Amino acid sequence: MKLMIHDEKTEKEITTFKNEGHIHRAFSRLVKKKLALACLVILAIIYLSGISVDFISPYGYTDQDYTQIRQSPNSSHWLGTDRAGRDVFTRVLWGVQNTLILTFVSMLTGGLVLGITMGLFSGYFGGYVDAVIQRSGEVVSSIPTFFLILIISATVRPRIIEFVRLIEDNTVLEGLIRGGIVDYFVISLSLVSFGWIGTARLVRGQILYLKETQFIDAARSIGVSTFNILFRHLLPNAISPLIVTVTMGMGSMIGAEIFLSWIGLGIQPPRPSLGVMLWESGNISVIRTEPWLMFAPGTVAFLMVLSWNLLGDALNDVFNPRTY
Amino acid sequence: MWNYIIRRLFWVPFLLLVVSFVTFLLFRMGPGDPVLVILGNKYDPQSQSAVNLREELGIDKPLMVQFVNYARDFFQGDFGESYRYRGQPVRDLIAAKMWVSAQLSLAALLISTIIGIPLGFFIAHKQGKWQDPTIVTICLVVMSIPVMVFVPVLLWLLCLKNLWIPFWGGIPCSGWGGLFDQRIIVPALSMGLPGVAVFVRLMRASTLDVMKQDYIVTAHSKGLSPFVIDIRHVFRNSVIPIITILSFSLAGLIGGAIITETIMGIPGIGRLAVQSVFDRDYPVIMAITLVTAGFFAIANLFADIMYALVDPRIRYG
Repeated sequence: MKLMIHDEKTEKEITTFKNEGHIHRAFSRLVKKKLALACLVILAIIYLSGISVDFISPYGYTDQDYTQIRQSPNSSHWLGTDRAGRDVFTRVLWGVQNTLILTFVSMLTGGLVLGITMGLFSGYFGGYVDAVIQRSGEVVSSIPTFFLILIISATVRPRIIEFVRLIEDNTVLEGLIRGGIVDYFVISLSLVSFGWIGTARLVRGQILYLKETQFIDAARSIGVSTFNILFRHLLPNAISPLIVTVTMGMGSMIGAEIFLSWIGLGIQPPRPSLGVMLWESGNISVIRTEPWLMFAPGTVAFLMVLSWNLLGDALNDVFNPRTY
Repeated sequence: MWNYIIRRLFWVPFLLLVVSFVTFLLFRMGPGDPVLVILGNKYDPQSQSAVNLREELGIDKPLMVQFVNYARDFFQGDFGESYRYRGQPVRDLIAAKMWVSAQLSLAALLISTIIGIPLGFFIAHKQGKWQDPTIVTICLVVMSIPVMVFVPVLLWLLCLKNLWIPFWGGIPCSGWGGLFDQRIIVPALSMGLPGVAVFVRLMRASTLDVMKQDYIVTAHSKGLSPFVIDIRHVFRNSVIPIITILSFSLAGLIGGAIITETIMGIPGIGRLAVQSVFDRDYPVIMAITLVTAGFFAIANLFADIMYALVDPRIRYG
């Protein structure tokens, strides 16, 4: 009887295999993993509340209330207040919003667009193109990641601020620097600088193998353009390892963004960011007297990184069932 | 094989040259006149002493001439003189800090491997049971804790709450006292524990790979005890790929210690790098970047050669 049930199950799975696409199938396998599902829910909750912080919180991120300094978590301030009487809950959510924008923008531009294009070119054309792209990747990755983003943000930021000032002075645009555009740009630039290498190498490896297959020969023989071969025939076949790499890369992107703000080269105070909050409260006397100041941003950062890491792990199992 | 090694060895100086060119350009485009760093911001950049200093440092020459001079000196082992600490050669400055960071990284690496390799070996045998995903998840949890939170929490747990490690001065356990000092425990743990996940995963994959091999089946079928097979055949073969990446991760740790060193007040290379960036001490930060890049390149090469040496099946063309 048991065997029968098992057989029915596999039968059902086989029919669904036929009806659904590769990604859909992987997704339905992912949904069955409780841990991965929990990660998705946690990420959704954190990011959604980060985006809609204006509606959730009655306070602004710079609102100071000197009658409510260093309050422990209570009903009106859910995560307490800091030394300037600012609501920690609001500031953490604004920090999440900043992290969200920065990491997604960097991942999309650097990890995906730049990384995929480089990898496709490198793998498909080979020869000098391959050598140049791979060697420059080697140059960038020979500098430790944190050094690299440190150097780039420290040297490039003042030039960009100068440039934006020039724009502000000569046009009607105002408040670009105060609005934090420069911060966003510099941080993204330094995150992109290392973000593209992983995806580029991965895509290159896949393409080297795929371009020898017969369906690419067939496509070429009927005169499909190079652009179409690259983006419509080769790329979709390399998509599943790409999803895994990007998901796992998000964790280190978030870590790098928090590091930059922590060291003082990222988002500048008073604009709130998780890194700045951790810098202000990351010491042992805070743990003893006002632990919420450190644990509120710390836990949120931890949950974001952990969820991306676990999700990447689960996706790896889903897309490469052989390893399990 | 020798061909391959020689070709790779020639690539290292070239790589360093490119890295130095890029960082050189970044810093020359970057903010801050070196003369003002040395003389102070209030100084008139046009004054006679500023002009003299500029001439002495050689930064009145065209950019390319400066770069060629710098590269020539660098490859002769002369990294110039620090702007911040006048009269101190950069080489002596970073050599001392490099040694501190290397010791710290070694301690961290020991923690990662001593915990990670047996754990990975263990859960590979428990594949499909509850221990396997549980331990992997726990390792990922530890890896995901931000270091700037992990260090104070460790300090609080070990030094204040339980008094396992005694106080040292104002901030407990901070500072540096060498490899065999109690004060190394917290920084080494904070750098080593997150690294456990990496070794667990590698060791698990590599053990599973070995256990599928024909010679393990043969060993089982000729009646060897599972314990002997595990120790003599599985472990020794599966630990090989891990050993080859050790050098690489040691080089990586030296660069990654920035946060721990800054919090704990350890006079290592990461802290020096951060200070030099803020002080605009460009000779120092250039030298640090180049030296770590060189370490990376050589470690990479070393890992590849080791790989071929321990596994004769691998051939490099």
